[in-house]
Amino acid sequence: MSMPFYVSPEQVMADKAEYARKGIARGKSSVTLEYDAGVLLMAENPSTLSKIGEIYDRVAFAGVGKFSEFDQLRKVGVRYADVKGYGYSREDVRAKALANAYSQAVGDIFTRELKPLEVEMLVAEVGDDNLAGHEKNAIYRVQFDGSISDHEGFCVIGGAAEELNNFLTSAYQIGLPLGEAARLGRSALQRAADGEPRVPPENLEVCLLERARPGRKFNRLSTEQVRELLGE
Amino acid sequence: MRVLDGEGGALRFGGRYSGSSFSELLDVDYAHLRPDVSRLSERDWQTLSIPHGTTVLSFKYRDGVVMAGDRLATEGHRVASRDIQKVYATDGHSFVAIAGAAGPAIEMAKLLRVELEHYEKIEGEPLELEGKANKLSQMIRQNLPMAMQGMVVVPLFAGYDLRRHAGRLWKYDVTGGRYEETDFEATGSGGLYASESLKKAYEASLSRADSLRIAVQAITDAADEDRATGGVDLGRGIYPNISFATKPGIERASDAEIDQVYRDVMAQRRNGNGASR
Repeated sequence: MSMPFYVSPEQVMADKAEYARKGIARGKSSVTLEYDAGVLLMAENPSTLSKIGEIYDRVAFAGVGKFSEFDQLRKVGVRYADVKGYGYSREDVRAKALANAYSQAVGDIFTRELKPLEVEMLVAEVGDDNLAGHEKNAIYRVQFDGSISDHEGFCVIGGAAEELNNFLTSAYQIGLPLGEAARLGRSALQRAADGEPRVPPENLEVCLLERARPGRKFNRLSTEQVRELLGE
Repeated sequence: MRVLDGEGGALRFGGRYSGSSFSELLDVDYAHLRPDVSRLSERDWQTLSIPHGTTVLSFKYRDGVVMAGDRLATEGHRVASRDIQKVYATDGHSFVAIAGAAGPAIEMAKLLRVELEHYEKIEGEPLELEGKANKLSQMIRQNLPMAMQGMVVVPLFAGYDLRRHAGRLWKYDVTGGRYEETDFEATGSGGLYASESLKKAYEASLSRADSLRIAVQAITDAADEDRATGGVDLGRGIYPNISFATKPGIERASDAEIDQVYRDVMAQRRNGNGASR
């Protein structure tokens, strides 16, 4: 039997991180913005395979990178949320706990497995004015190595996240109406779509968490509704 | 936390199930959240007094389907609750009405709602109405060991079928047998009287207003003849639950609306058509 070569842990981690980053950078970015009556989740996505999904009454998910991997994470999240809501109460299902569970699971895979997950995820929660103490929105970003961060106002995930974040830092304002937030989200995505100056409405996946909607606040918009929203 | 499962290499938060059914997920990974029926026969549950729900009914009308239930729950000859809810929306276009042992029945309605929602979220699209009705069948069948011990659950399921553009309704038996009804159905202790009442007034082309009236009449007739059924309780301001499933979604009749209809029905009866006896 041959002796394996020694590779330092630093090198292993650096290689894994580079591998994951490359995988994520191949896909398109996704942007999430708070607007005056909820949270807007948006992704450039010409296919019918969703990158954004409903997790629970007030919680939504967005993923970028390798579809099979983040879609599996989405389903795991739905199971986690439904079991929790069934065993306790619907109000007990919160984005923070789910984002933490994601962070642990993804971080664990990053350290233990040979191949890291090529995904980046976002968990968003819309506030509810009728639940004292739960009025604020919350946005969490979980990266391929399990690092987790919370965001106020907006958050971008995907290969071009840094550039788009810089753009939104200067362009975003608190309390935007929905139409303006949608147009801002699209212009951010357009910056990442190099060579394609305009992302048409049929290539946009847009979902909302609407503060005023009773019960399940998640709402997936049709292409028609997206077109109307963008004023086209 | 174990995140990887050796068998399939699939990502989980420590679970093994990877399908799209919530009740199966509970069976496989969260058995402690399911009732343990394995030792039921070790004692005689028949002697145990548990609350029972009584009269529920459903019928089709011009725009969809109506579901109604009284509010009384009884434990033997005693009132357990005067205002329990027996009609539950299971999603945007379907509802279930429960009769029988209140505890397991309410739990079943809750579980069905989560089941339908769970499937929709995992798969990305909702079940067909027929699929939803069939799922309820399986849940009743699973309850069979408890039913044999007296905890019988016999719901009605109905909804607006968005593909066929029509209301549909199903009744069930203890074994999970599922029977689609063409016009109306009522079940529970006062179900027979409610059925008789509906039979005389029913037409497929009823308007919403007429549907509400015959639903109130049927519940009132059942409460008249069956002591375990609660009718309109004007003194306490408790009204039956009456909901409509139509193309735009589920809509519940308000208490004020039911109050008015009930007063009209009673006024008409007092004016001498014999029903006051």
